[in-house]
Amino acid sequence: MTPTSRTNRLLVAMLAAVPFALVACGGSSSTSASSTSSTAGAATTAAATGAAGETITMLVYDAFTEPEVLKSFTQQTGITVRIAKGGDTGTLVNKAILTAGNPEGDVLWGLDNTLLSRALDTNGLFVPYASGELASLDPAATALVPNHEVTPVDTGDVCLNYDKAWFATNKIAPPTSLDDLIKPDYKGLLVLENPATSSPGLAFLLATVAKYSPTGFTAWWASLRANGVTVVDSWDAAYYNEFTQGGGGGKHPIVVSYASSPPATVIYAADPKPTEPTTANVSASCFRQVEFAGILGGSKHVEAAQKLIDFLVSEQFQAALPESNFVYPVRTGVALPDLFERFAKPIAAPLTVSPADIAANRDQWIAAWTKAVLQ
Amino acid sequence: MLHVVDVCVSFDGRTVLDHVSLHVGGNEVVALLGPSGSGKSTLLRVVAGLQDVSSGVVRWDGTDITQEPTHRRRFGFVFQDEQLFPHRDVAANIGFGLRMAGTDRASVASRVSELLALVGLPGFGERDVTTLSGGEAKRVALARALAPKPRLMLLDEPLTGLDAALHDRLADDLRNLLRQAGLPAILVTHDPAEAARIADRVVHLGDLGSGSR
Amino acid sequence: MDQGRAAVAPARARWALAVVPVLFTALFFLWPLGAIAARGLSLGAIGDVLGDGYTRSVLWFTFWQAAVCSAGAVVVGVLPAYVLARYRVPGRRLLLALVTVPFMLPTVVVGSAFLALLPASMHRTVPAVLLAHVWVNLAVVVRTVGTSVAQMDPRLGDAAATLGASPWQVMRHVTLPLLRPALWASSAVVFLFCFTSFGIVRLVGGPSHPTLEVEIWRRTTQSLDLRTAAALAVVQLVIVVGMTVVWSTAQARTATATAMRTLLRPRRARTAGQRALVWITVPATTAVVLAPLAVMVERSMCTAAGRHSLDAWRAVTGVGRALGTGGTQPVVADPWATVLASLRIALVATCIALVVGTLAACAIAYARRGGRLLDAGLMLPLGTSAVTIGFGLIITYNRGWYDLRGSWVMLPIGQALVAVPFVVRVILPTMRAIQPGLREAAATLGASPWHVWREVDLPVLRRSMGAGAGFAFAISVGEFGASSFLTRVGNETAPIAIGRLIARPSLLNLAQAYALATVLAVVTLVVIVVVDRLRGERGASF
Repeated sequence: MTPTSRTNRLLVAMLAAVPFALVACGGSSSTSASSTSSTAGAATTAAATGAAGETITMLVYDAFTEPEVLKSFTQQTGITVRIAKGGDTGTLVNKAILTAGNPEGDVLWGLDNTLLSRALDTNGLFVPYASGELASLDPAATALVPNHEVTPVDTGDVCLNYDKAWFATNKIAPPTSLDDLIKPDYKGLLVLENPATSSPGLAFLLATVAKYSPTGFTAWWASLRANGVTVVDSWDAAYYNEFTQGGGGGKHPIVVSYASSPPATVIYAADPKPTEPTTANVSASCFRQVEFAGILGGSKHVEAAQKLIDFLVSEQFQAALPESNFVYPVRTGVALPDLFERFAKPIAAPLTVSPADIAANRDQWIAAWTKAVLQ
Repeated sequence: MLHVVDVCVSFDGRTVLDHVSLHVGGNEVVALLGPSGSGKSTLLRVVAGLQDVSSGVVRWDGTDITQEPTHRRRFGFVFQDEQLFPHRDVAANIGFGLRMAGTDRASVASRVSELLALVGLPGFGERDVTTLSGGEAKRVALARALAPKPRLMLLDEPLTGLDAALHDRLADDLRNLLRQAGLPAILVTHDPAEAARIADRVVHLGDLGSGSR
Repeated sequence: MDQGRAAVAPARARWALAVVPVLFTALFFLWPLGAIAARGLSLGAIGDVLGDGYTRSVLWFTFWQAAVCSAGAVVVGVLPAYVLARYRVPGRRLLLALVTVPFMLPTVVVGSAFLALLPASMHRTVPAVLLAHVWVNLAVVVRTVGTSVAQMDPRLGDAAATLGASPWQVMRHVTLPLLRPALWASSAVVFLFCFTSFGIVRLVGGPSHPTLEVEIWRRTTQSLDLRTAAALAVVQLVIVVGMTVVWSTAQARTATATAMRTLLRPRRARTAGQRALVWITVPATTAVVLAPLAVMVERSMCTAAGRHSLDAWRAVTGVGRALGTGGTQPVVADPWATVLASLRIALVATCIALVVGTLAACAIAYARRGGRLLDAGLMLPLGTSAVTIGFGLIITYNRGWYDLRGSWVMLPIGQALVAVPFVVRVILPTMRAIQPGLREAAATLGASPWHVWREVDLPVLRRSMGAGAGFAFAISVGEFGASSFLTRVGNETAPIAIGRLIARPSLLNLAQAYALATVLAVVTLVVIVVVDRLRGERGASF
């Protein structure tokens, strides 16, 4: 037998094996998927109510990290939660809109206030649910959804971060306000994200709209542009490649990032960990993002989904959010982890724009921004 | 005047040519006979500069050309399977060598038609080489090798694979063409009758080695 | 040629070959695309898009940068392709696999590594985008053209040399003309790849140079403006169809049937000139390919400002002590699982792409008019925005037994859609170059059309299929665009995990992302080397 004909036979066999490979891979991966999600549920029979043994699917954005405490939900209720990831927030929400009435899952996590109005305008996207826990949540957040289509689950602030060491070394006072950025001292120091393609970029644009009014913000941006500013397309490009503390040799000591970024630089640092963050927030620059979870219309597990929503805003789950997802609890009175308490307290009076205004003007503001800054 | 002196060639440790020497003089046509795998073609490739030698020397008119690259040797080569350029028509194949030498277009064209007539294929210039019959392809290959007026012709089993009648006719044509051109040539073949028909002198590769073998 | 066709395949058999590729494209591309168009498309929207100066400038930039990048990749890639296919070089197989690595790495990693190499003054500039695109797409040229070089009889070059052609003249008058079909094929693929580039354009080019793909993504996912997005998608599709027709015409015209016969082993560099060629090309190629990868490895060890350690590697590989995260759970709990998930999905995607692509290439080569159409049809997914295909799949496979949303099979199917055109491009030149006489000979010896295909076509195609499989695998492993739209449960792939790691600001996470990317690169490298080895008898394979 020549090597050639042997290889041919191998190839033919390989081609023939494809349908089986499909089945085999399918079998193995679906088992692995269900086993990971049901490990906690397997032992549970005790607290089972009517929903026991049910499996519901929660759709989340790619960056979501599933907190360990989610397992105790399964222990308490017998309901297994499958986490399904599908793109960034915009993608996730638009997919939900396109599949309204016949959703990919039962609960959606991650709708935010910049997309809220558009989502709520879609008929039947969510099944309204007023959780019994609502009274314990931040009233400013619950006020955004008076009809309870969705429930606020966390908040986050998009803020200017600065490199503490850089300002100390260069003997310049760190910026304390948006006004500072257009002063000659801070010439060319800022890197930020394109609001057309980046969620923090959009949040920062909205901060300036809130601060300088819908008619006046472009003038501020024009001054900023004159003072030198670097725009990149995404948060990771800004933080890792352009920010002095990002590790990529960046040259900009001020970056648009999150209020929770400073503690992350400690929590995820290599040992020995620094005692305090290398970066800090400019609290007067912060825009408040609120994230919501909702039960998707067409879900066949509404009752179980309602239990999950209750759990998502419970003290236990809310307390785990800062260190798993670097967002703040929306529930009042939940203690923050020590690092957050010391270096990243939620901002008392963040800048905000109402979801309706955002929905109505977003494209126009972005166009005006593009004209003022990029063109 | 070609002198191959004491040439050795080995592939992957296997000796193919072992101290081989050969001399081709004036306008002599030498047929090189030997069973397949005996290294006849390798010797031809050594002469053409297509194969490096482990040791030994190739001389032309007394000058050592062992290190001379193929394209500067001006030795014509007719390959066993023609190796016509599939992306060129017949005329462009025959004119290839002249164009490489920078000959002007008009001279190329006239030389090409001259050669087409010489090998008995007048009017074939625009034919696609993939449409040629076996005999036609051989004639084109021969014309292509002759076109740049080489100093020596190397023919590697040029008539293998033709039917008997065509073979004999081409063999005669080949002999006449080489005589006409007054070219020295080495003809590699495994067919003693063919060798006798074309060549002035017939040598067996086995006899060319160093005395001991 | 016609006779050869008849001998092999009666019309019925020819069409049978086309069934699978046609069905695959119709079901997983045309239907979803139609569904998206039905949701948002209107003539008015297309008019608005074309009338808009901004969109037109985006269109123009997308087009010319793709053209330049395609030409650049061919110019830079042709020499390594030739040398690696023709000459025996130590580590040749490894270098071939290595060239493929940039192609399969997640664009976010490639982009960052590339930025780190370039001076800051080149960040967010068009030349930087072009350089990055050429670097990433080098694999396309090296592998596609290399396959043709390996099939080209080097004695044609010998013949030219005996006629007085210098090595340079041999290259210009013999080698390059014979490689033209492969050069066209690879330039077409690189063009489409750059035309629809997304991640690299965003990261390296910054916000001032969006491509059409970025614009479609933005309209679809950020401003939820399906009307404009659908119109842009149609514009993109029309351009891709047009370019495909141009290319496939050019390619069919330049294919020469007798150029490629037996597949030849690489030989030893014989002359001083050849040795010089090898010894310049190989180190230069290695350096070009390795430089950004070296940065990637270096960054994986950069865990704190100005300090190098293996902490990230410990976290990623699970070797040594676990990472102390101060009570916080790690961002990616099981990095190996994500690599395995990537490999598993890539394997399935490769199988699908290989079957569909090979059948399609055969059908295209046998068919007369219909072939061109099928060829163009299969190229479309490559030129269609991943976001469009992803959304289309989600609103199409949404009910009853065919509710495949959330199913893992969507992922390899989506990736295979993108990989099939590569497989076709690589196999088609070989298919067209098979001498019809061989098929006729087999038929006269009593071979059925199936046997003819198995005994004549397949052995010759084997090598090209291997190259195609390598591509399909590389595309699938690094694919992020389509995969990030197709909801998955429990199958987080490595590129998604990398994306999640760098979503948390910390040098250690960044280092882990690079470490994971390095693991992915090494694993893929091994897979490609093994596939290459399985495929060919010693040393001869490409």
